[in-house]
Amino acid sequence: MKVIVAEKLTKKFGPFTAVDNISFEVEKGEIFGFLGANGAGKTTAMRMLCGLSKPTSGFGKVASFDIEKQSEQVKANIGYMSQKFALYEDLKVWENLRLYGGIYGVPNKEINERIDNALGQLGIQDEKNTMVKSLPLGWKQKLAFSAAIFHEPKIVFLDEPTGGVDPVARRQFWELIYEAADRGITIFVTTHYMDEAEYCNRISMMVDGKIEALDSPKNLRKKFNAESMDQIFHKLARRATRANN
Amino acid sequence: MMLLALPMAMIILFGFGITPEIKNSKIAIYDPSKDQATKNIAIKLGTSEYFTLLEYVDNPDQIETIFQEGKVGLLVVFSERFLENLMHTGDAQVLLIADGTDPNTASTLTTYATGIIRMYQQEMMRQENIPFQIDAEVKLLYNPTMKGAFTIVPGVMGMVLMLICALMTSVSIAREKELGTMEVILVSPMPPLMIVLAKVVPYFVISLVNFTNVLLLAVFLLEVPVNGSLFSLYLVSIIFIFVVLALGLLISSLTDKQLVALLASAMGLMMPVVMLSGLMFPIENMPLILQGIAQIIPAKWYIEAIRDIMIKGLGLQDVLKEIMVLILMAIVLITASLKKFKIRLE
Amino acid sequence: MHAVEVHNLKRKYGKVEALKGISFSVPKGEIFGIIGPDGAGKTTLFRILTTLLIPDSGSAMVDGDDILKDFRSIRKKVGYMPGRFSLYQDLSVEENLTVFASIFNTTIEENYHLVKDIYQQIEPFKKRRAGALSGGMKQKLALSCALIHKPTVLFLDEPTTGVDPVSRKEFWDMLANLKKQGITIIVSTPYMDEAGLCDKIALIQDGVFLKIDTPENIIGDFESTIWSVTGLNMSKLLKDLRSHENIMTCYAFGDTHHITINRSILPDQDSTFNQKTLEKFLIDKGHKEIEIKSIQPGIEDCFMELAG
Repeated sequence: MKVIVAEKLTKKFGPFTAVDNISFEVEKGEIFGFLGANGAGKTTAMRMLCGLSKPTSGFGKVASFDIEKQSEQVKANIGYMSQKFALYEDLKVWENLRLYGGIYGVPNKEINERIDNALGQLGIQDEKNTMVKSLPLGWKQKLAFSAAIFHEPKIVFLDEPTGGVDPVARRQFWELIYEAADRGITIFVTTHYMDEAEYCNRISMMVDGKIEALDSPKNLRKKFNAESMDQIFHKLARRATRANN
Repeated sequence: MMLLALPMAMIILFGFGITPEIKNSKIAIYDPSKDQATKNIAIKLGTSEYFTLLEYVDNPDQIETIFQEGKVGLLVVFSERFLENLMHTGDAQVLLIADGTDPNTASTLTTYATGIIRMYQQEMMRQENIPFQIDAEVKLLYNPTMKGAFTIVPGVMGMVLMLICALMTSVSIAREKELGTMEVILVSPMPPLMIVLAKVVPYFVISLVNFTNVLLLAVFLLEVPVNGSLFSLYLVSIIFIFVVLALGLLISSLTDKQLVALLASAMGLMMPVVMLSGLMFPIENMPLILQGIAQIIPAKWYIEAIRDIMIKGLGLQDVLKEIMVLILMAIVLITASLKKFKIRLE
Repeated sequence: MHAVEVHNLKRKYGKVEALKGISFSVPKGEIFGIIGPDGAGKTTLFRILTTLLIPDSGSAMVDGDDILKDFRSIRKKVGYMPGRFSLYQDLSVEENLTVFASIFNTTIEENYHLVKDIYQQIEPFKKRRAGALSGGMKQKLALSCALIHKPTVLFLDEPTTGVDPVSRKEFWDMLANLKKQGITIIVSTPYMDEAGLCDKIALIQDGVFLKIDTPENIIGDFESTIWSVTGLNMSKLLKDLRSHENIMTCYAFGDTHHITINRSILPDQDSTFNQKTLEKFLIDKGHKEIEIKSIQPGIEDCFMELAG
């Protein structure tokens, strides 16, 4: 079942075309990586998919809701983890989870049970009452992800989730993502860390608002005759006119 | 905390302390007559809640001095042979001389005084059954046309200098710390003193330019006089600028966030200046505790000095007290802020 | 005399021990990398070495000067690029460089040859406000500003964080060129793959150096055997691999899993545990398209072994 459908999505800001006619589909339970340099149009594209921005033309469906006409339903059915983790530092671990539960309308009687489950899965039951600001970065990241999927959305959008984090914690984070995907949650990750791309089932690379590559990491490596995502990005980026100027 | 405390503080201040109402204003009397009538009027004036009789002036030469020294806001001058004139001709004169530097206060004082004199007149008329007329003439010193600008302009000058120097200096240094460039320039051969100077000098220059502009506008547009010497004006202003720059420096050494520096300068400096420096509300009429606080506000001394020089035309020797206080404040603050300027990151 | 000598530096912030006794030395002209995640203590170490912070105990010398007694001298000789690039956002590229040159009592012309390779890439934008530059260009400008006074030692604190991969690679090429000019470079990074580009690296975590050596030696010292395993269902694969008694650790590494195995268990010919038996084990568990390979450990694998 396709949880994300994008067809000729375009976004213009005046004369500037940020997203240029992109089309792709994402299956349920897939881990989909949305790569590209800063300024390539990833963030704009993602905002459209989240129902935060209206497309100039084209069509999109997320969790079978139209992104333009049913944006409120889209928002209610997705999870979102922003670049800066969006946790309240002066609240305790369990309070953050309860907050997100409340915002997304998780029924009160279920909240406590879910909190316990989430903390158990993260292995941080002992830190239930710790202030988030005292947590190490890697744990904050895992907690933020839990908060984003607390209401068991169909899709979760992760906006540049990792970076500079302890290698072990980073891996644990990706294991969380695997488990969520196993449960049927589709993961849509944007990042400019090319090595993160390797964790995904499929990735797309955006250059100058267009999708220049879309396939599994393995196939892309064959196609571009490259050893790593980095190299593929290099080759595509060299052609870019917009990025990094 | 500030959000809750501030409004309460303001109500208390405004309700109790800072009011344009006049109470116990100091007055003096020149009485060449010294008869029953003048004594009675004097008693009435002295015992009213509006006035406190400070002293009797013995000769007319002292009149000018008493105003120059700012000791009284009102001087009552009785004509000679007051009671005699009243009995024989039916009218006598009283001259009310007021300090026009603050026309609002002056007008209030003269109105009260006139009212009291009239009351006495009524009483006398009832007692003696003779129509009396006491003419009360009002003369305003320094500001005969009662221009509000006279009193406001020095206050504005004080505020402007404070704003530019303290606020901008503190924010500018805090910004370097916040953005991280301070870190880099510290790891360089540049002596920290140089860094401080580099920050402070531009605002010093801008302040002088601002001061000149305000002065020009005041003189030519608002017709405020510069009765004293320009040199004195600039000298006192420069000393004040040093004080305020040091304040800005001090604030900046306490924080590395621009917003905090801004709030500290605005709340911590501007508010007390506006309310307690004598800019808008006369200090003499505030409760003693506020008057005490007012003494440590540099702007209070500056505004007083400027008013004396500009409006009263006094010379440097007359504002010596104010200058000394400002110099002392400057030395203390500059020493403190230089000491607190951190050459390391903590 | 080494360019940098550090003895047992310790530093606390309140209750947190940021540095727990760091010692190392760097000969002149070497690129020394400090590799570790956020919060490991890298920035604290840099700030102490550039004399911006005072250690609680321990000592250090930079280019022959003591960090406490001779800090003024150190501040004249080192180049420092802190984490946030610290540029004057409202000044232009050219103006920034001029400011930093004059702070160090020199001019752009005097040392232009040093920064030429780097600066030329941003020179076309020299009138643009620094705040309007992309991450990669800010990085180049910040590096130029740190070099313009011909420092003997260059301290770069996470210069590649937040910068796109293309610029990252170019940056390291520039560092290699600087090394040829005899400048000692101390650079920190959370990117393990950049470790291979240094002469010597120190792996840091929680205020402690786990190991200091050349990248090759660190890899050579890796104690276990390491294989990569791929399959169709990576998530289930992870769990099943971990359930195997002979496998010590299993971690996701993008599209493969790295597993470590205790060397003593392995390869003599009769051993019942090898890649083929593992493959069978996994197929029995329902996995498809299994591929198992022997691989060389990377710096990240070494880091995890040392940290674990």
